[in-house]
Amino acid sequence: MTHYAMVIDTRTCIGCTDCVDACRMENNVPEGLCYDWVVEVTTGRYPDLKTEFRSERCNHCSHATCVEACPTGASQYWNGSNIVVVDATKCTGCKACIAACPYDARLIMQPQGYIGKCTFCVQRVQYGMDPACVAVCPAHAMHFGLLDDPTSNVSMLLAERKNYTLHPETGNQPNVFYLR
Amino acid sequence: MQRREFLKLSSAVASTALLGGGLTACSEPAEWQKMMTEAPAKITPTVCNICFWSCAAQVHTRGSRLWKITGNPTDSHSEGRLCTRGTGGVGAYADPNRLLKPLLRVSKGGSQSLEPVSWDDALDFIGQRMTKIATEYGPEHFAAMVHGAGAQHFLHLARAYGTDSVAEPAFAQCRGARDTGYFLTFGQGLASPEQTDMENARCVVLIGTHIGENLHNSQVRTFTDAVRNDAHIIVVDPRFSVAASKAHHWLPIRPGTDIALMLAWMNVILAERRFDAAYISTNTVGFDELAAHVAPFTPEWAYGETGITPVQIRETARLMAMAAPACVFHPGRHAAWWGDDTQRARAMAILSGLLGIWGQKGGYYLPEKVDVPSYPAPPYPTPRTSWRDLTLKQFPLAGAPVTNVVLEHSIGKDAFYKGLLVYETNLPMTIPNGAQQLAQAAQALDLIVAIDVQPSEITGFADVVLPECSYLERYDGLRNDAEREPSVAVRTPALRPLGDSKPGWWIAKQIGTRLNLDAFFPWNDYKEVIDWQLNQLGLSLLELEKTGVHYFPRKTPVYCDPGTIPRLATPSGKIELFSATLQETGFDPLPRYTPPKTPPSGYYHLNYGRAPQHSFSRTQNNPVLYQLMPENVVWIHPLVAAQFEISNGSYVRLLNQDGIVSNKVRVRVTERTRPDSVWLAHGFGHEARGLVLAYGRGANDAALMTRILYDPIMGSTGMRGNFVTFRKELAV
Repeated sequence: MTHYAMVIDTRTCIGCTDCVDACRMENNVPEGLCYDWVVEVTTGRYPDLKTEFRSERCNHCSHATCVEACPTGASQYWNGSNIVVVDATKCTGCKACIAACPYDARLIMQPQGYIGKCTFCVQRVQYGMDPACVAVCPAHAMHFGLLDDPTSNVSMLLAERKNYTLHPETGNQPNVFYLR
Repeated sequence: MQRREFLKLSSAVASTALLGGGLTACSEPAEWQKMMTEAPAKITPTVCNICFWSCAAQVHTRGSRLWKITGNPTDSHSEGRLCTRGTGGVGAYADPNRLLKPLLRVSKGGSQSLEPVSWDDALDFIGQRMTKIATEYGPEHFAAMVHGAGAQHFLHLARAYGTDSVAEPAFAQCRGARDTGYFLTFGQGLASPEQTDMENARCVVLIGTHIGENLHNSQVRTFTDAVRNDAHIIVVDPRFSVAASKAHHWLPIRPGTDIALMLAWMNVILAERRFDAAYISTNTVGFDELAAHVAPFTPEWAYGETGITPVQIRETARLMAMAAPACVFHPGRHAAWWGDDTQRARAMAILSGLLGIWGQKGGYYLPEKVDVPSYPAPPYPTPRTSWRDLTLKQFPLAGAPVTNVVLEHSIGKDAFYKGLLVYETNLPMTIPNGAQQLAQAAQALDLIVAIDVQPSEITGFADVVLPECSYLERYDGLRNDAEREPSVAVRTPALRPLGDSKPGWWIAKQIGTRLNLDAFFPWNDYKEVIDWQLNQLGLSLLELEKTGVHYFPRKTPVYCDPGTIPRLATPSGKIELFSATLQETGFDPLPRYTPPKTPPSGYYHLNYGRAPQHSFSRTQNNPVLYQLMPENVVWIHPLVAAQFEISNGSYVRLLNQDGIVSNKVRVRVTERTRPDSVWLAHGFGHEARGLVLAYGRGANDAALMTRILYDPIMGSTGMRGNFVTFRKELAV
């Protein structure tokens, strides 16, 4: 399997939501919806504080429960990779995938009614380009690449730096990693 | 953005789809499926206009449809990455509330309104009134207030007409005090973009500057480079800003006491002799006076003023000195705080001088700009009265026209100014107390012209409103900033102007024609000017339209030799730790600390700043950026919230020390602010009904700034001396 991963450095992420903006523009995301979002986590008491920003989205899981839950095959892996996409022409809008996603990363598109989500900008990835969110990040905090390749930027960052994923306990094997 | 809000927004529509949709597959492929085989979009070069950072960008269009705007990969401002606001520039074009027709104020049956008229009617009206002002009083009795890349068209028009009273809020409401402080010390202000060599620094000091929320593009990258490089980051801020969250040393200072902290830093550096004595004796004047001045200001003294412990003060001072000269003080923007702002900038500049960072790697590099010649035109007439004659009596060291002085001299029948032209700046929300002053000025001025893309608050004061097209639909002058790599970049139209909107250059030329100033506009299209200028540099517009940006080799080095400085333009030619100029004009030659006024019981410091999604008060109605941040929230410490029984997410109104009440604003209860302060993002609380999205959303900090602390040296309007308390609002 071609194994793509996104690696986000929480040390340099400034929570500016440029990733959200660039995704919405690139993918013509309708008003009121978004495929990625930013979470702020502040811990401690003034003045001993820690604030972390996390740009979150579909984790393009290696073991995607949404793909398994889809009764029509609309939710699928793209081109033998771990990139999860929805073929709208097969999607009935039944929302089984929404219930199966541990990350709340799927949306009902308006007005068509099919299920929309982050595609890692597969229309760009097919040409070897980074997803729009990664390409725009003004803090250079986001990285994208192949985990199969040990010399890729993402593989090296994960080897060098402590990191974590969201909800690893589900067994979904998420592929969005956060550097501490 | 909180995604939950987005879900909330979409839930009503979602249930409609569920009821009506049924379980059949979608007839059309998804957006991504269509994009897999889409032909590449057309790319047109531009320079972003959402803020003054002026990133070179590429506009992607398909036919007449605007798809997206991305950074120009070869540009040093953007490095191919626009910030949140620049990416949302699509909304500047798509804003459904844009001005598309010239408007003229008409009186009908005792009530006034702005009515659509033809360009000829609007321009003739302006021409007649400006001619009348020139004939009856003289052209110097006309002033302009401008901002942005298009400002140069109206500066040119004003100078050709015969006035030099052209003021930018960028001076008295923003950078003026800091540039004056650095000018007095180093003989020049700092550049924009600032020449902070953060990517090579071992220590970065931010005093109130909130890089990360303040999203000046290349500066965000170089700041995060410093984080990546494990440089020591020292952030002085009453709020746990994003920058503070990246810092090793957050100093949550008591508002208004920054000079006390900096005097103590100097005290430590001098007491512990952590400076290069040879550098000081060769390159500075006034060291002995400085040493005597700061001797009493120990960290123990400063603790009582700032709340920063002596241990923290000593530790941070030592870190700076150890990193020097690779230690950079970001001078900040929006320096108009407490009325002693030139002196605060002086303190930063003196520290920079002591640590020898001017022209050094990791300190302030030496910026260089391209020498772009002006298009040939007759010399400007000399105004009989200059802005200096009105301003320097009041503010002796003002280096540029002061907006608030222009406004003061526009009020009343005997006021000096008789007419005012405002270009691309929303004065009522920019100048504290500006709305009240404009309302008074409007009673007596013979003419107020507002040129804008959108129906901002300023248009409500105008006799004539002229609709400019957005930056995506026009040429403007070349971007030519002093910076590390000298370059020029060009803004070209990617789309046809909507409605009757027109480019700024066209508007200036048309007004010029009506004032018989055709000799100053000896071209038909501004393209000719750009092409002529590029020809002088060995380029052409045709070539630059292919790349968008062009670099030129540096003529001078980017750093000077270690231990040296270039000859400075100060009177002594050296770094002036002690300023004889200030002494001669009756000011403190060394920065003096004045304790700030403290809030009355139950009131809190009103702090304010930038949000990464918006620029000034100009983007709240941008439909793309509105999606990301529709309103501002007021940050309140949990102890204060508990005392007032205010819950997170509820709405309050802010009431200031003079009884001014804000619009309702949502509360964010957070540990990230000092308990004695609240914080608000600037630019919200619009009152112009034409801005349909932005109208009435959030609170306007500028309206709460009724106590203005003028800097006596250069006239900036200190805005930090205001205090607020809370009035609870029923749940919305």
